[in-house]
Amino acid sequence: MAETPITEAAEVAAGGDEKRDGSIIGFDASETVLTTEALGVLYGDTSAIKNISLGIPRNRVVAFIGPSGCGKSTLLRAFNRMNDLIPGARVEGRVLYRGNDLYDPDVDPVEVRRRIGMVFQKPNPFPKSIFDNVAFGLRINGYQGSIEGRVERSLQDAALWDEVKHRLRESALGLSGGQQQRLCIARALAVQPEILLMDEPASALDPIATSKIEDLIDELKRDYTIVIVTHNMQQAARVSDYTAFLYLGELIEYGETDRLFTNPKEERTEQYITGRFG
Amino acid sequence: MSAESFDPRREARHRRGRIFRWLCVSAVWFAGITLVVLLVKVTADGLAWLSLDFLRNYPSRIPARAGIRSAILGTLWMMALTGAVSFPLGVGAAIYLEEYAPDNWLTRLLQTNIANLAGVPSIVYGILGLTVFVRVFGLGRSVLAGALTLALLILPVVIIASREALRAVPPSLREASYGLGATRWQTIRYHVLPVAFPGILTGTILSLSRAIGETAPLIMIGALTFIAFAPTSPLDPFTVLPIQIFNWTAKPQADFHSLAAAAIIVLLVILLLMNATAILLRNKYRQEL
Repeated sequence: MAETPITEAAEVAAGGDEKRDGSIIGFDASETVLTTEALGVLYGDTSAIKNISLGIPRNRVVAFIGPSGCGKSTLLRAFNRMNDLIPGARVEGRVLYRGNDLYDPDVDPVEVRRRIGMVFQKPNPFPKSIFDNVAFGLRINGYQGSIEGRVERSLQDAALWDEVKHRLRESALGLSGGQQQRLCIARALAVQPEILLMDEPASALDPIATSKIEDLIDELKRDYTIVIVTHNMQQAARVSDYTAFLYLGELIEYGETDRLFTNPKEERTEQYITGRFG
Repeated sequence: MSAESFDPRREARHRRGRIFRWLCVSAVWFAGITLVVLLVKVTADGLAWLSLDFLRNYPSRIPARAGIRSAILGTLWMMALTGAVSFPLGVGAAIYLEEYAPDNWLTRLLQTNIANLAGVPSIVYGILGLTVFVRVFGLGRSVLAGALTLALLILPVVIIASREALRAVPPSLREASYGLGATRWQTIRYHVLPVAFPGILTGTILSLSRAIGETAPLIMIGALTFIAFAPTSPLDPFTVLPIQIFNWTAKPQADFHSLAAAAIIVLLVILLLMNATAILLRNKYRQEL
């Protein structure tokens, strides 16, 4: 299969259209790193998300909230083509990254996933050593620099280095849940992605581990663009700059987090964030 | 009695629980006692005949001089070749079906057929082996023809066991690998296979311990019952332990029946060693994870 590298210089498409329903914020083209255009995902004949158009601004944290089954995880997984792995999943519309449609037949999902990393709901370290967990992505992607150096740097960036530097050769499965999740973040950072997708990264963790992850997200947004799916509205309010509310597969409202939580424009958003359904 | 009241009948419910428990316990005892009776009987009959000479000698018409050297060597040849053929074929087919095959009618047809093949009587494989390997391929009544036949016989079981082991690998592990930009092969090679390997190995060795006791298909392809030399190449004629045992039990002299019992002990020991190897390897690889 021909492999078209995603060109660095390609022009980034503009963000959503503010005029259409007022729920989508328009960003400068230069600020938007990822843009969806009328994106829909179907599992067989069932539509999981439909007609979603939004832009993800660079070096910001965007949170997707909504009740279970609203499609927020599906939307997140459409950003790095993880839905490809689900038999029968189909994608409509476009996801533009650096001006290239991620679903163009020439685009190799392997390259997409290196540039758009992912952290999953349940910590899923490989049953290997801590070092090998972080080094794996470097090795398979043919990293040219020092693997040791990059592993150390990634573990530092994930605020885990001090806790594991003396036991890099020990199994990752011996770490606590919170440490495992930070290891998974380090592993994702190692391959130098531009965007980090986080699918409820703290939902399996205790409050202390959760607050460490949240602090980390705050640190990481200096260098990365972060999209986080969360069930926890307080978490969305704490960590994100922009929040999108999804309901029944549709984007109901998208805006600055402070504004969306204090002054929602849509009635359904208000009902959800005040806990009247969901 | 009002509609809301309960009639707990706790005594009757607990009694049913106890009855079921005892049914299960007796099932275990039935199997266990049968095995013990068999072992005691065989040991009592054969132990006196077990000796180094018995392992070293070739078969003979004189019971005191008869041994199972050619049968042991034949069985070892047979297992080595059967394993060498069925392991790569079975694991390869399992990886294809589990990791690559699209979920369509053809795949489902293949799966159903493999499950059915696992239930086909072994004598049918003997007929197939006789036709294809002995005659069409011209391998003759050789170790290789026998091993290929037995490999076909256990292939469905190897495939099914390997698929189960592959399916038991958590999807979260695959997602983690793909999420870092790994290709499908890199994911299989570095994450799926290492985790599935103990299960695949156990399944293969247990299938081989089925093959080690097979008699009918080998008789069908013309394995000899009296071999006074050891096979030195895959194309040599051969005998195996079960055939030797079958041969001796068919003789009228009581001494040969005792020799058969002694050979059964040897076969059981080899079988137990194989199963023990399966368990040891499994534990070893599990610990390394």
